[in-house]
Amino acid sequence: MSGVTAEELMAVTASRLLADHKVVFAGVGMPLLASAVARRIHAPKLTIVLEGGIIGACLLPGKLPISTNEMRAAYGAQMLTDITDIFLYAQRGYFDYGFLGAAQVDMYGNINTSVIGTVERPRVRLPGSGGANDIISLCNEVLIVTQHEPRRFVEKVDFITSPGYLSGGNSRAGAGLACGRLGAVVTDLALLDFEPATRRMRLRGLQPGVTVGQVRDQTGFDLLADPEIEELRPPSAEEIAIYRELRDGSAGGTEDSAVPESAHAADQPGRVPAGPS
Amino acid sequence: MEQVAVLEARAELEATERPAVDKRMTAEAAVALVRDGDHVAIGGTLYSRTPMALVFALLRQRRRHLTVSRPLACYEVELLLATGALDRIVTSWVGIGLPWGLAPIFRHFVERGKASYDEWSHLAMGLRYKAGAMGVPFLPTLTMLGSDLARTLGLQTVACPYTGQQLAAVPALNPDVAFIHVHRADMFGNVQVDGYRHMDADVARAARKVIVSAEQIVRPEEIAAIPDQTMLPHFAVDAVVAAPYGAYPHECYGLYGPDLAHFDAYAVSVKDQGPAAGLRYVEENVDAYADFAGFVAAAGTARLAALAADARELMPR
Repeated sequence: MSGVTAEELMAVTASRLLADHKVVFAGVGMPLLASAVARRIHAPKLTIVLEGGIIGACLLPGKLPISTNEMRAAYGAQMLTDITDIFLYAQRGYFDYGFLGAAQVDMYGNINTSVIGTVERPRVRLPGSGGANDIISLCNEVLIVTQHEPRRFVEKVDFITSPGYLSGGNSRAGAGLACGRLGAVVTDLALLDFEPATRRMRLRGLQPGVTVGQVRDQTGFDLLADPEIEELRPPSAEEIAIYRELRDGSAGGTEDSAVPESAHAADQPGRVPAGPS
Repeated sequence: MEQVAVLEARAELEATERPAVDKRMTAEAAVALVRDGDHVAIGGTLYSRTPMALVFALLRQRRRHLTVSRPLACYEVELLLATGALDRIVTSWVGIGLPWGLAPIFRHFVERGKASYDEWSHLAMGLRYKAGAMGVPFLPTLTMLGSDLARTLGLQTVACPYTGQQLAAVPALNPDVAFIHVHRADMFGNVQVDGYRHMDADVARAARKVIVSAEQIVRPEEIAAIPDQTMLPHFAVDAVVAAPYGAYPHECYGLYGPDLAHFDAYAVSVKDQGPAAGLRYVEENVDAYADFAGFVAAAGTARLAALAADARELMPR
């Protein structure tokens, strides 16, 4: 598959981690797109939940929501509730996956989206947690997807907005975080997880053509490596085509022509397409 | 962190007459309930069902030393910062959305220490309003633990009296005034919302005064015809403002989509001119018109019709 971008590679790799019949709490952007790809390829009964209070979100190809609280995000939903309620479903344990991006992540999976520098003297004040802190605290298994760069993969984040394994070992549970575990980190170079004893980030798989050395060069800390590192399967033509269709709209069509009817057919296998109103 | 004052808020409520009378008034008259130094909670989330007609009325009055809280804050907090109205933001996220990048006016004020940002998690904001709405001083939760958010805010933990389990104790928030935008209201303040409700019901019930703007003022019988859609009863509402397109340029579920081109123009001007662009925006879009209806009319019927069509396309059919 030629011309595959880093973004496409990450989305496809991440989509494969989502099993059918599960519930994924996805952030907008790539986590949502990857979840939608999974529904189209291998997990038609995957339920997508968005923090705006939306359960069973679908995507209108080419019209992806920018916010998790807008009408585009609510398209085709099975249930609309309020925001607090959605997070309480997570706290109860209903959400199999929490799916996040990360501006800065450290060797224990802690995420910073608050501040570069310190809170008292910020060099850059970032937007903040949004729901990320809650998703990583409350969902059963958390997946993180982000581009692999040294400035993103740091030894210690400036600020723990969203707690991963904190300082490793049992420190997460020790802080009272009784729920949730970090499953995988997906990047354009690799698939990583967390070593069970130390809870340090560990290399598990390599994207096609990538070497261990390249991954280490792009990681700002000493990365553990699994004894058996797998080579990840490259994206198939079908996976890429579906990703692009969801992102850009139907291939060859104008943005609006096919949309209302095809969207149901596209993102909701097994559901009868609704007629125009 | 502000003082938790649920009992005080309750006593105030008990001492207030809450007659079922016609509460309709102009946005300007309603927003006069806000005093300098107040904590104003803005309903909706990010660019969805933001009570923009009320926010514009507040901007026009150039209040000082306000605190604003919101589930997720959009550029309305930048406008309040740029006009000197805002000292403190209490939320979990500030910006328009990823395509527009970081919020430059927000950064300018917070990075220079000219305004403060109390950053909570999204659920914690919801539970703060919910505790306030429930009349209890805190709610226990399993979120925010172990994070620097908790450390920075001085968030306390509590042990479960039955199991000993440690939980975060998220303190109640009882804002002085809440602004809520809804689809329908009657003159008494029975209000109905279509679609997702964000945190609005809790925000309103936590607040000491509640101002509602409504796309449509309907007869009480129309409310009673679909009572399961009622989000707040009349006795929890102090003022009702008729505001067609009252969330514009933000969206209102089922009625009109967000005006993304308006956001683009705002973001470009702020990028080019810095914080001064925020003040200019208010002069050109708020001060220049006699009222919010003037601002909406200036968008033009074609644009408003296109946004309405966007919304219809996304509705269940």
